[in-house]
This record gives sequence, structure tokens and C-alpha cells, in this order.
Amino acid sequence: MGDELDTAIAVITATLRAGTPLVFAAMGELVAERAGVLNLGIEGMMLVGAVVGFMVAATTGITPFGFVAAALAGMAAAAIFGVLALNLMTNQVATGLALAIFGGGLAAFIGQSWVGIPLPGMELPFPEPLRQIPFVGPVLFGHDWLVYLSILLVAGVAWFLRRTRAGLTLRAVGENQESAHALGYSVLKIRWLATLFGGAMAGIGGGYLSLIYTPQWAEDMTAGRGWIALALVVFATWRPWRVLLGAYIFGGVTIIGLQIQAAGASLDSNLIAMTPYLATVVVLVLISRDVTRIRLHTPASLARPFHPEA
Amino acid sequence: MLRLTRRADPSRTLEIAAPLLAVALTLVVAALLFLALGKNPLDAFRAMFWRPVQDLYGLTELGVKVTPLILCAVGLAIGFRAAVWNIGAEGQLIVGAVAAGATALQFGEEASGPLPWVLPLVMGTLGGMAWGAIPAFLKTRFNANEILVSLMLAYVGGLTLQYMVHGPLKDPMSFGFPQSASFTEPARLPVLLETTRLHVGFALALIAAVLAWVFVTRSYQGFVFRLSGEAIEAAAYAGFSRTKVVWGSFLISGGLAGLAGAAEVAGPIGQLQPSISPGYGFAAIIVAFLGRLHPIGIVAAALLMGLFYVGGEIAQMELQLPIAITGVFQGLLLFFLLGADSFVRWRLVVAEKR
Repeated sequence: MGDELDTAIAVITATLRAGTPLVFAAMGELVAERAGVLNLGIEGMMLVGAVVGFMVAATTGITPFGFVAAALAGMAAAAIFGVLALNLMTNQVATGLALAIFGGGLAAFIGQSWVGIPLPGMELPFPEPLRQIPFVGPVLFGHDWLVYLSILLVAGVAWFLRRTRAGLTLRAVGENQESAHALGYSVLKIRWLATLFGGAMAGIGGGYLSLIYTPQWAEDMTAGRGWIALALVVFATWRPWRVLLGAYIFGGVTIIGLQIQAAGASLDSNLIAMTPYLATVVVLVLISRDVTRIRLHTPASLARPFHPEA
Repeated sequence: MLRLTRRADPSRTLEIAAPLLAVALTLVVAALLFLALGKNPLDAFRAMFWRPVQDLYGLTELGVKVTPLILCAVGLAIGFRAAVWNIGAEGQLIVGAVAAGATALQFGEEASGPLPWVLPLVMGTLGGMAWGAIPAFLKTRFNANEILVSLMLAYVGGLTLQYMVHGPLKDPMSFGFPQSASFTEPARLPVLLETTRLHVGFALALIAAVLAWVFVTRSYQGFVFRLSGEAIEAAAYAGFSRTKVVWGSFLISGGLAGLAGAAEVAGPIGQLQPSISPGYGFAAIIVAFLGRLHPIGIVAAALLMGLFYVGGEIAQMELQLPIAITGVFQGLLLFFLLGADSFVRWRLVVAEKR
């Protein structure tokens, strides 16, 4: 009995940890897409955030500094996208792809001599006695800072989009850029802010992988999570709380495979490693079948360049 | 304050100059990067871009690298023109390589005739088509985004290769190394030039480029593809099936990527191993755009990108520059190209602040 409880706790904890980088990256993308910006470069921004965050944390020995650096690095990567896709009105699909390729290459390049270096840990937010409570303790209070922050982020974004004036403006820009412009809102400025926010969140998501989840730097360590985050936004039909749900489902899928293997089933590890990618495909198929529902929820100005003359 | 205003007509000059400008800007940034790394930019450029084309061996090595890039990019460009975004050529290439490898391993030393090397190429092409058919089916039947599906399948394809070389196709005599047995001599692609690695695949790539050119510019179907990409609704109104365009794009690009993978393992590599492509399928996306989605342009762009690969290897060996520098240059090149492209349709003006 005690063993099963321990397994349950381990699975829940591991699921939340596996889902957290996806929550950050997907929430950033969600805000950008609600403003009408389709940035496919999440994978690249995550990798740049992961490597820069790691370098700063390893140098200073202070993990929170690593996260700040990861966010800034993600923003810097997003700024490249901003200049091209927003100011120069390049094709957002192609520009995002370029960012994904460039970010991966750049991260591998600057991170070359940082592979395999150990990191200091980060203190857990809740005190030991609280975490000692049977079952409830580890499940509710046993996680790292970022797990809680990611949930706060979802709540914050949900509130911002639904309840604030600025959130309404942002959605207006994403739904109908011409009307928003005619009403006197600066489409470009709002999109820039949303893009930078997306970059910062992707950077933190990448930082979570290199600073807490692994915690090490390795080339291409995001292993497609940036693309899965992109799929999560569609899965969530652009609604924040569903992103959280989706991220944990994906976290769970990743973990269950490992659990099955740990339980001694003779499944090849490479086949098990396929599960998150196959799950993404299955989820996309299930959600996309309902064409009208997707069309209803997709920001109407998504990926459309904006120029006041046009 | 700087502003962009729309040109009355797209600039023809810039349309041709944009890729050249992008290459020039990439080289400028590369020079700065080399300086920052404490290397003499001229030495680095000489090692990366001049040395590889100095002798016959270097040129044929370039041909080897260019082969998968042309094959993948020519196919992708047909899809991109039709606004069908196959981003998973890397996966189709790998699955093609696995299919080709599994076939090639069936032929012993005593096999004769062209069948032992032709059949793997055919199976590789079919393997790539099958892998490309999945996103095509899910897109046309369930409206699932083809970018994400094809990319997810690229990861699954990579893991399939891992599984194969660790499991079913692993050479029992490999002392635990995850790799297949070496293909027998009859199952290897014939080389075009004795003592070099330049193989039949290079000729196939050039033929594919010519056929693609005919398809795109001279055929009715090519016109339908292009129209479907430029104006989906108008094409639908005219009665052209979008489903056929999506399927066609994925089967062509998937098949060519699979052929590229088959030619890689049956040509220069000669066995299945955990890594068979340094990202050719992704680099081909850049090649396709840099080549203006035009087969002739793609051949030129592939030569440049191939030079990045060959030159990157030389720079790694001689100047101790990290090989990842290739990826940085690839990304930069696409950024600059996209940026430069904007000025084909837009003009930068200095305007009074309003």
C-alpha cells in the first residue's frame, strides 16, 4: 500500500515537472497568438533561454539569476522575429522556422563548452514540515518554485485577457487589426509587446529544462517541446486554463512511458520516447476535426502582417 | 523616423539581388563572429569557402553534400509554392534511409546487376512517401496542421532509426555498437568518378531538379499547385481540388526526401547508424527559400549550403571552430533573405514624425 502511494506521489510530481516547461512556452505563445502573431520559433527561443540561463546560473551560482537571463535571452531571440515579421512584414511561418533553426544552432554554438557541468540546486518554496504531511505534503507543497509560478502565470494571463482593458485591446488587435488600428490602438506596439512576452516565457520554459528539470545543458535538449507547446495552444483553443490541462496531460504521457519501463515491461526505450510526439499528433487530429470550432477560436488576424497603408 | 511604403511595382532588381544581398550580409556577420572568436576572418573564409573547391576531391565532396539538399529542397519547394508546409523532410529522409537500409541488407556479395542498389532507392522513395502520406492524410481528412504533424513525425522517424539500429537491424557482429551490418558491394550506389565518393544520387538529384522545373513551369498540374497556393479560394472556385494538391505535395516531397535518405546510406555511409543526416531535411527548407522556390535557384542555393557543410567540417578540423557554426550561418542566411525580400515590395523612406 505504502509503495503504491509512493508511486502515485512520484507520478504526480514527475507529471507536473514534465508539464511545467510546456506551460511557460505555450502561455507565451498563446498571448502572442491572441495578439495575431504566429511565432513558430518557440523551440529556438527555448534553446537560447536554456543555454544562456544555464551559463549565468553556473557562473554566478544563483539559479534565479539564471531564470532572469533565460527570459531576457528568449526576449532577445523574439526581438529578431519582431523586427522581421512585425516591422518588415515577412512571412511569419518562414520567419518562425528560421528562428527555430537559428536558435538551435546558436545555442549549440555558445553552449559547446558548458556541456556536462553540474549546477547548484534551488531551494524549495515550502518548509520541510509542510512537505512531510503524508500524501498531501509532497503533492501540494513538494514542488519547486517554477511549478507554482507557472500556475500563477496561467491565472494571471487568464485574468489579463478576460478582465483588463489592456487584455481586451490585445485581443482586438488579434481579432481585427484594421478596426483596432482605426480605433487608435497601435497594432505594432501591442504585437511587439506580446511577441517579447512570448519570447520571455519560452526562455523561462527552456531555462526550466536546463536549470531544474535536467539540470544540465545539452544540445537540442528541448527535444521538440517548443513544437509541442505550439500544438498545445491549438489543443487549448487559445484558452489559458486548457493550456495548463493540456501541458499536464503531455507531462503525464511522458511519465507513464517511463513508469511502464521502470515497472519492468520489456519495451524499447526508443519506442517509449515516441509517445509524446505521437500523442501530439493524436491530440491535433482529435481537436482539428471540428473545423468550425477551430475557426471560431482562431484569432482572425493570426499571422497576417499589418501595415497602416494596406 | 523610418517608415516602409508600398512600391507601385515590385522591384525586379531587388528580387534578383535579395538572395545575393542576404549572402553578403551573412558573410559580414560571419566575419565579425570570427573576429570575436579571435580567428582571422580571411583564414576562416579561406578554410570554409575556398579550400573545399580547390581540387577535384573537394568538389566531389561538395557534390555529395549537395545531393540530399537538392532532392529535399526541390520537393519541398513544390509544396511551399502550393502553401503546403512540409517541415518534416528530415523524418521522411530518415525513414527512407531505414527502408533502403533494410532492403540493401538483403543482398549478399554474390548479387549482381543493378537490382541490389536500385531496389533500395525505390524502397527508400516509397518509405519517404509513406511517411509523408501521414500528414497529408491527417490534413485532408481531419484538418490537422501539417507543420506540426510532419515535424512530430520527424522526431518519431529519428527514434525509429534508433530503434532499428539498436534492435531489429543491429549487426550481431558489431560488438554492441548500435549500427547495421555494412551493405555489400553490390548494394552500394555506383560512383560517378573513380576514387571519389560522388555517387549516382548526384545525377538523380539533377534529374529531379529538371523534372521539377518542367512540372512547375511547363505542366498544367504545376499551374494548379501554384494557383492553389496563391489563392486557395479562387482555386477551389475554379474547381481545383485542394486535397489533391496537399497529397501531391507531400508524396512528391516525401518521396524525394526518402530518396535522399536512401542515397545517403547506400552511397557515402554504406550502413545504418544512429545518425545519418546532419539536418539536411531542415537545411533544405532554407535552400528552398534561398533558391526562390525555383529548381534552378535551388541547385545554386544547395551549392552554397553544401559549402557551409563541407567548409564547416574543415573549419572544425583546422581552426577548432565548433561545427554548430553551420547552423548559425544557416539561420542567419534565412533571416537576411526574408528581411531583404521585404524590400522587393516595400520601400524604406525617411518620414517626418507624425
